[in-house]
Amino acid sequence: MKVHVSVLPKPSVLDPQGAAAAEAIRHLGLQGVGRVRIGKLIELELPDATPEAEIHRIARDLLSNPVIEDYSIAKQ
Amino acid sequence: MKFAVLRFPGSNCDQDCVLALNALPGASADFVWHKDTSLAGFDAVIVPGGFSYGDYLRCGAIAQFSPIMQSVKNFAAAGGTVLGICNGFQILCESGLLPGALVRNKGLHFVCKHQHLRVESTNSRFTNSATKGQVLNIPIAHGEGCYFADDATLAKLNANDQILVRYCDATGAVTDAANPNGSRENIAGICNETRNVFGLMPHPERACDPALGSTDGLVILQSLLTAEPAKAS
Repeated sequence: MKVHVSVLPKPSVLDPQGAAAAEAIRHLGLQGVGRVRIGKLIELELPDATPEAEIHRIARDLLSNPVIEDYSIAKQ
Repeated sequence: MKFAVLRFPGSNCDQDCVLALNALPGASADFVWHKDTSLAGFDAVIVPGGFSYGDYLRCGAIAQFSPIMQSVKNFAAAGGTVLGICNGFQILCESGLLPGALVRNKGLHFVCKHQHLRVESTNSRFTNSATKGQVLNIPIAHGEGCYFADDATLAKLNANDQILVRYCDATGAVTDAANPNGSRENIAGICNETRNVFGLMPHPERACDPALGSTDGLVILQSLLTAEPAKAS
């Protein structure tokens, strides 16, 4: 199976990339854009029987840093 | 006093550290490859700057799983002296040896320049040769040096006197204008609660020779030589 792990900066962490992108979106004429946050999407190919807890362990201990980032998991 | 200077794939300040340390009377330094597991015979560990593992995933994220880092954790837990510089600071935060994290500079740019730092505490084996409030001129060179910690962690760092250096201007004033990367409270370097692990973004090893424009980095390296070390077993 394929698993997508999304990693985003926590709302409390300064995200200058997101702020710069929001500014560029306004510059392109789209009004009303709120906060933009930039993170990463990681696609994993895993055996179908991989326990959910193991995926969370990898996402928490390696793929994200809980001090600055939140993650979510979506099986494809 | 014998220093272990760690080498990860992508470390690039390891040579500078060894050179600066070997020039000091009473100090000697050797490289330790990241796949090694022994720190026997060393009095202190330096985690140098660079781009370990190409900064893949997050700066320092992969290096924390190198075999030598388990030994560094044990060494630190036993009271051993560990100094992380730049990427080394990032690795120590990722490893959980220091609180907080280092994220992309507020201005998004890689910043490479001489920077003034104010010594906030001399109560450590890394700053005992300095005077409180002393202004040091030490180079910085990083893209991800913005120190972040949540409010509770910051309060703890302040209460425990763990913030050893802050970014300041030439007069020692800690201002927003003197903050090169958006670090919270202008934090340039912190130590752990037991004060034996210190990480900072500036490069003291690049400020140890008059030919390089500043010798203020010696204040930090000399402090280590006057401290009482714990021998690794």
